[in-house]
Amino acid sequence: MPTITIDGVAYEVEAGRNLLESCLSLGLDLPYFCWHPAMGSIGACRQCAVVQYQNAEDNRGRIVMGCMTPVTDGAIFSLSGDKARHFREAIVESLMLNHPHDCPVCAEGGECHLQDMTVMVGHRDRHYRGRKNTHRNQYLGPLINHEMNRCITCYRCTRYYRDYAGGTDLAAMAAHDHIYFGRHQEGVLQSEFAGNLVEVCPTGVFTDKSLVHDYTRKWDLQSAPSVCTACAVGCNTIPGERYGRLKRVHNRFNAEVNGYFLCDRGRFGAGFVNSDRALEFPGLREADGRYRALDHHDALHRMMDSCAAGKVAGIGSPRASVEANYLLRLLAGTDNFAPGFSDAEQDLVNLALRLQQQSAAVTPDIRTIESADAVLVLGEDVTNTAPRIALALRQSVRNKAYEMAAGLRLETWQDAAIRNLAQQQRSPLFIAAVADTPLDDVATRRLSLAPEGIAALGQAVAAGISGAASATPGSTSGEAVDIVAALARASRPLVIAGTGCGSAAVLQAAAEVANALCSSGRQAMLCLCVPEANSLGQAMLAGPKAPNLGALEERARAGEIDTLVVLENDLYRRGNSAGIDALLAECRNVIVLDGLDNATTSAATLVLPAANFAESEGTLVSLEGRAQRYYPLFQPREERRPSWVWLLACMKELERPDVHSLHHFDDITRACAADIPALAGITAAAPDLHYLNLGVKIPRQPSRYSGRTAMRANISVHEPKQREDEETPLAFTMEGLNRSQPGALLPWVWSPGWNSNQSLHKFQTHAGGPLKGGTAGVRLLHPGAAGGHRISDITAPATAAASAAPDLWQLVPRPRIFGSDELSALSPGLAELVVPGFIELSPADAGRLGVATGDGVDVGDGIATLEVRVNATMTTGCAGYSAGFAGSGNLAPLARVTLQRAANWQRRPQLIGSDRGNGSGSSHV
Amino acid sequence: MLTGDCMSELIPVVSDGETALSAAEIALIDAEIAHVPYRSAVAIDALKIVQAQRGWVSDESLRAIARHLRMSAAELDGVATFYNLIFRRPVGEQVILLCNSISCWIKGCDTLQAQISERLGIGLGETTADNRYTLLPVTCLGACDKAPVLMVGEELHEDVSAQSLRELLAGSGDDR
Ligand code: SF4
Ligand code: SF4
Ligand code: FES
Ligand code: FES
Repeated sequence: MPTITIDGVAYEVEAGRNLLESCLSLGLDLPYFCWHPAMGSIGACRQCAVVQYQNAEDNRGRIVMGCMTPVTDGAIFSLSGDKARHFREAIVESLMLNHPHDCPVCAEGGECHLQDMTVMVGHRDRHYRGRKNTHRNQYLGPLINHEMNRCITCYRCTRYYRDYAGGTDLAAMAAHDHIYFGRHQEGVLQSEFAGNLVEVCPTGVFTDKSLVHDYTRKWDLQSAPSVCTACAVGCNTIPGERYGRLKRVHNRFNAEVNGYFLCDRGRFGAGFVNSDRALEFPGLREADGRYRALDHHDALHRMMDSCAAGKVAGIGSPRASVEANYLLRLLAGTDNFAPGFSDAEQDLVNLALRLQQQSAAVTPDIRTIESADAVLVLGEDVTNTAPRIALALRQSVRNKAYEMAAGLRLETWQDAAIRNLAQQQRSPLFIAAVADTPLDDVATRRLSLAPEGIAALGQAVAAGISGAASATPGSTSGEAVDIVAALARASRPLVIAGTGCGSAAVLQAAAEVANALCSSGRQAMLCLCVPEANSLGQAMLAGPKAPNLGALEERARAGEIDTLVVLENDLYRRGNSAGIDALLAECRNVIVLDGLDNATTSAATLVLPAANFAESEGTLVSLEGRAQRYYPLFQPREERRPSWVWLLACMKELERPDVHSLHHFDDITRACAADIPALAGITAAAPDLHYLNLGVKIPRQPSRYSGRTAMRANISVHEPKQREDEETPLAFTMEGLNRSQPGALLPWVWSPGWNSNQSLHKFQTHAGGPLKGGTAGVRLLHPGAAGGHRISDITAPATAAASAAPDLWQLVPRPRIFGSDELSALSPGLAELVVPGFIELSPADAGRLGVATGDGVDVGDGIATLEVRVNATMTTGCAGYSAGFAGSGNLAPLARVTLQRAANWQRRPQLIGSDRGNGSGSSHV
Repeated sequence: MLTGDCMSELIPVVSDGETALSAAEIALIDAEIAHVPYRSAVAIDALKIVQAQRGWVSDESLRAIARHLRMSAAELDGVATFYNLIFRRPVGEQVILLCNSISCWIKGCDTLQAQISERLGIGLGETTADNRYTLLPVTCLGACDKAPVLMVGEELHEDVSAQSLRELLAGSGDDR
């Protein structure tokens, strides 16, 4: 470890880092703008200037940029000397020549890195008396607001958007003091990760549009550590609340899950919390089909009566917490509990779980995915199913660049130099999919294949790896040969597949490739994507023998179910509507717990309003088998209750002995861990309710939280006592300590002088490193521990016979980041980006059917009518469909169906609302 | 960066029949492409070629070039707007580039500018109503020893005086 001297004090620092990082890691406040821990240095802003001395005799020194200066043994620096301080002050002044100083009306105000740095350098008086530039702002879509005047030209936005996230439609325009960061023309930002601009831009140029329109300053937000519920990646989030409304979602750093970034589904997809479709009271269906509101006592008694008399079955949900599902499973009994997947998905998720449990390959986290030096993606369109992983894959292809840089002894943070060096050279990434995917631009090759073709390719690759020498020539396709060569050359090969293309054979093939790599002595990684926030936890809980929806439907038809309890699950998204209709109609009592009104709640005899993720606590198991806890950030209104509260109360009323000793949320977690071996680890996901941080709770409100009395002064001027949190170590107050607690309990980041999200480094072991309190969550799958290579022992569930009749098309899911997830698609803003349900066809197939993009097709015998999109990359014979969309519920993956041009189809007008730029500057308030 | 040539088979390219580039322009641009490793490396040349043909680079022209070079319109626009001699708005038949950098400023470019403005009725960045002239400032034409200087079209005029400017602009403006 090199020793450096800063202002006369000697410090040991980590080799290979730059001076700026090292200073921040040492707790020294050195201002900066353009450096970012995930994006390295370019030395653009000149804010991190320090003085470096040649040797002890040198008393003049010279100005260097901290972020561009490696720490070398014996180096001597001054941060606090006048020369460096005046330089840094002048930099802020010059960066602000054109800055409008409109903090009071700026959505960044109060959490602005520019404000923090201005104060930090001590700059106060502006000398510039000229006119400031005024830019025209652009309409950038429904999610992000643009206010270009506030720009300080640090270039973080384009470096993030283009270099890091691979976006092509945001660039730096013009030069010198006309520089402009925006699009070629107004319009929706195309990257699925555009929302991170909100956190990456150190000023108020890019801000969260929904926050701008429903505004609260950071210091007035109540926040809690949460987990994104929009897909199975389980990114850690910090949602903020005020007045009972969810205002925004920020990233919560987790070095192993999401690092610094979220996808737009996660960031902007929580708005459903504020939906006016939210259920507030229990409802009992009257004879005329209307619902009568009940209070929760009445509702509980109704529920208890229904559950006491007759046979009970339960349908859980992969979007509900482990705890709620566990209670329902207790209530209904193991044999009467369906996990709530669609039948096809249940088999796939079970298979994915088993393959991971039995594979010798490592189940990677986000860091190891980024470290992969060769990647094979089989069938999964990760950008649309597990988006954050796609962003990690965009970094993995840069390992080639880092290799080249290592050859020249360039430090990894030398961002501009390394990008210049590597140009278009990337590590291998092969994608086999039914059609194009958003990662194609960084892929070595993308092959369009039907699911059987993808599986066969995987098998050929596996065979090629394990028996490379013995494989008979000609038995593997040319493509497979290239892939085998790339994977065999790699030291950290990664195979990705998932439930996304609906094929068990593809999952199996992926596992075989990973195992073949392991057998040949490589430390291979196997990442299997599943669809929802708790899909994997649900498979662990229910086990492979659990009945599926089809089985419950049969039992219901046979009169074997009197009361059906449905937990947070719109069944009409899970199976064909006729089957679900029958299931619900055959049960005397249908009790549905859910947060928003949907088709299933509308078919219930009793509806119980369930709190959503922002109003309740729970554990979710992510696709890497990480159990993570989320916490309520505000109190549910009216009669909404967390599902676990409803279920526990009902079972207590029933005097069930198995819940006798369960009182708190933690008790359920512990009971579940004791009961279900696969979930034994979940108690370690986060500390229990008794955890105290140096004797006090952890506050959800920052110490500057203001106006608590005024908030409800329209009702009463007396401020009520703050609600006590009896279930978690967090408190609904400003009192307490938010410092050095475990990472799972980090409700917000703030540090004196650091009001923006850049204060995060104060919570990290070193700048950019893991949290001091430890990384949140616990891995339930022990990566790579199994060592069993017998994948072939696991038989994949039989898929429909592959007889490709010429007038039948195979349905292949084409999930979309915006639209395929139920709840996020209901969030305002994001909902504008959801396209109508579709069928994608190859030009040849479209020609055969006589349809063009925008026409309609009838699928099967009237099970769906959807809009056609002709896609030149679509595999002929396959029909991609908008999986998870309203209107696609009847379509089953891999089913072979007839297609027919729809008569009386009304084509949509060409323009969609959000594409229509609404004039310069008028898009902001 | 999505401009990789290696991925050419993956990035949908509008077939040349649909682009707004003329066959002559394409031929000139392709000749440049032959000399470089990446198509996008000829961005500046391509902009100049199209500007030479059309006088300026409209949004449509820019998108056509971007498609031809398989780069994003935003990225190409970043290049185009960086250079002040790539015109992203229509200009007159002749562009007057008046140097206002240090030597020319000392030698009175402000007076020249006032004279031009009075004579042609346009300020900086403006085009005469008859579309003959556009007046643009430029930072040093590399002829500081002959300051003040300006260019009209392709022609450099050195040691410009009130008199020589009057002659230069004779036959233009109101008295035409
Ligand atoms: S828009 Fe923001 S991130 Fe981009 S250069 Fe300006 S200040 Fe930096
Ligand atoms: S949707 Fe998935 S990838 Fe996106 S933020 Fe949420 S958990 Fe992460
Ligand atoms: S942070 Fe070092 S120059 Fe910008
Ligand atoms: S200053 Fe005018 S030509 Fe150089």
